[in-house]
Amino acid sequence: MKKHICSPLIGLAIIFAAQFPASAENNQKLEVFSWWTSGGEAAALDALFQTYKRQYPGIEIINATVAGGGGSAARPVLQTRLAGGNPPDTWQTHPGWELLGQYVEAGYCLPIGDIYKSEGWEKVVPQQLIDLLSRNGKPYAVLCGIHRGNDLWYNKKLLDKNGITVGDSMSFDEFFAACEKLKAAGITPLAVGDSGIWATAQLFENTLLGTVGPDAWKALFSGKMSFDDPKVKQAAKTYGRMLDYQNPDHSALTWDQATKAVMEGRCAFTSMGDWAHGEFTKANLEDNKDFGWVTCPGTNGAFIIVADGFPLAKGAPHSEAATDWLKSIGSKEAQEAFNPLKGSIPVRTDVDKSKFGPYLQWSMQSFSKDALLPSVVHGEAAPAAFQQALNDAITQFVVDKNAEALSAALVQAAKDSNIAK
Amino acid sequence: MKFVAGDSASQGSHLSPAAAAPATTLSHQASRGQVKKSRFHFSDQSLAPLLLAPAMTLIMIFVYVFIAVTVWVSLSRWGTLRVNLDLREPFGATYAQMFSMPRWHANLRNVVVFTTLFLSLSISMGLLLALCLDRRLIGHTLFRNVFLFPYALSFIVTGIVWRWIFNPETGINILLDVLGINKLMVAMGGPALHPGWTTDPSVIFSLNSWLGAIFPAVKGLSIQLGIPVAMIPVVIAAAWQLTGFAMSMYIAGLAAIPHDLREAARIDGASEIQTYTKVIIPLLRPVTVSTAIILGHVSLKIFDLIFAMTGVGPGFATDVPGIFVFDQTFKATRYNLGAAASVIMLLLVSIIIVPYLWSSLRKR
Repeated sequence: MKKHICSPLIGLAIIFAAQFPASAENNQKLEVFSWWTSGGEAAALDALFQTYKRQYPGIEIINATVAGGGGSAARPVLQTRLAGGNPPDTWQTHPGWELLGQYVEAGYCLPIGDIYKSEGWEKVVPQQLIDLLSRNGKPYAVLCGIHRGNDLWYNKKLLDKNGITVGDSMSFDEFFAACEKLKAAGITPLAVGDSGIWATAQLFENTLLGTVGPDAWKALFSGKMSFDDPKVKQAAKTYGRMLDYQNPDHSALTWDQATKAVMEGRCAFTSMGDWAHGEFTKANLEDNKDFGWVTCPGTNGAFIIVADGFPLAKGAPHSEAATDWLKSIGSKEAQEAFNPLKGSIPVRTDVDKSKFGPYLQWSMQSFSKDALLPSVVHGEAAPAAFQQALNDAITQFVVDKNAEALSAALVQAAKDSNIAK
Repeated sequence: MKFVAGDSASQGSHLSPAAAAPATTLSHQASRGQVKKSRFHFSDQSLAPLLLAPAMTLIMIFVYVFIAVTVWVSLSRWGTLRVNLDLREPFGATYAQMFSMPRWHANLRNVVVFTTLFLSLSISMGLLLALCLDRRLIGHTLFRNVFLFPYALSFIVTGIVWRWIFNPETGINILLDVLGINKLMVAMGGPALHPGWTTDPSVIFSLNSWLGAIFPAVKGLSIQLGIPVAMIPVVIAAAWQLTGFAMSMYIAGLAAIPHDLREAARIDGASEIQTYTKVIIPLLRPVTVSTAIILGHVSLKIFDLIFAMTGVGPGFATDVPGIFVFDQTFKATRYNLGAAASVIMLLLVSIIIVPYLWSSLRKR
């Protein structure tokens, strides 16, 4: 009988004994939650870790990654941890709504304005960008790199062969003229890989921006302009016209398979964020020789931001190490190590441009002068509910091409997610 | 249990060993030749609920209380990441909203189409295979296992493999070229076959105009009521996996049919086919009902196979309520909408399960 009473006591003792050393070395650890698990992303994340370890030695990093494209598997895990009061010290998030609406408003993050001040970031990070990270004038996250969403990539050799030249910008008319010419030559003009629907939703996003322009873009997502506007319907029709030129097997492909179709000359154009650039370089293709890029039709002078950053968790178990982490990823050293690997550009405008290739230099140039806009497909311009409703409306639109129904669905979505009253 | 028996051997028990541990008690009786009457005696009737209590409590909490919570969430205002359990006004607004969504219409259509096609395919194939194997052909044990093996796979694996098979550029369509079927088609003056399989957004056997004449509400639907072509490959994949299960159910059912019944049928002059259609298949009816119910509730709740194979499909051609719940709850963080869809899924399953339980309980 004695044995039965004793064993739970021993168990408890072991649990307590295990607790104490753990809390003693609490500040020697840092837990970073992200969904960067694939090749280039994991390497870029590791570059951040290495920089951090150099700058703040002696701290053990817990790399809490959950695999799955775009964080589809990671977000539910993160949400459960936050709701359960067990936050990681810091986690990967997009600026705009995802950061502010989901995490800041729910009270899961602490403001970090003093880090921005002490590190002097207010001078080197564009104010438009800080605005996307701020609520009531206080920033809540540090970005480590910026991707551009509104790029149109093309197979340069294929276009040359068909006598099509692309200038510094492209209008819708020029785009459709090129498509007609390619179609007549028996080439599929546009590659889309929408098996996860967001790739074609992004094509719509770029077309919408190209049709309404940056000011109306901001008005749409702040509720000052309705999705019932004739311009939105016109954008939907233009987007529908583009879909007439897409590859027939689009719904079986992913975005990278569509990019591959452009590389291999099966298709001429693809509209994709500049993570596609990584695919081109991986295939040993050369900027401006094998492939080229231009801003999506009509979007010259606008830069759709798809960025990743890290906030500071409220109640972070290792808050000091987490603060150091934020200082580290915003440093010049980390930004210069991370971004060439990730294929993105630094958020700071004072980095050494020579470390970046022709495309990224072009993107940095545009970043420093263009209107910086949040992406809706990547959860920055609108709440997750709107993002899902947009994806659903696009899924329907790809089949029925009903511009009125798309516009009506977006009006309803804006109402449901409190963008518009 | 162990130490109750030990105690009773030494000093008598608080619990009656007769009720608590009949097996050990028997050995005591044998060794001592007498039964000690304990002070507190529990009859079987009063002990049964006591022993069932822990399991019942757990089921009450983790099944029924959670169902109640889900119903409450579906009626609440919890539409963002922040928990908000206040009732949403007007009552049931989330359900009203869901039933006006074209995506949900497509879901309901798909779940009906999928269940019907999947059940008929896997049950008929399962019966056919079981009857073949029942004839004791050469290698029937080998084939019995071969047909049952897919059942051991996870739906995710099945989904990914069949996704590759039905990819229009790299999959089964290459077979059409290699086997010369397309050459034959062209030679016969027809077009070369190049089906889009899971990428085909069209809906065949559309009933909209026909139903619209009877129910004017159908005319307002933005979806086509019919069989989405992209659903057919999914049905094939699901049936491939679960036909083996139906087959093993039928093999068990066939084994239970007494041999003299077949002989009696033969003596009465029934032909081989008549023996099956008039005697054996009618006797297998209970097996068919059980199989249909088990497969039916699998099919109503299906998520993993479709998620891995096609996702929502072109124009929601292969979307099902399970995927809808996942998207709305975890991607859109509209917890009330996800919960509402879950409640409807539960009701759909209940439509199948409850009458079955009712009839099987009544028989007892």
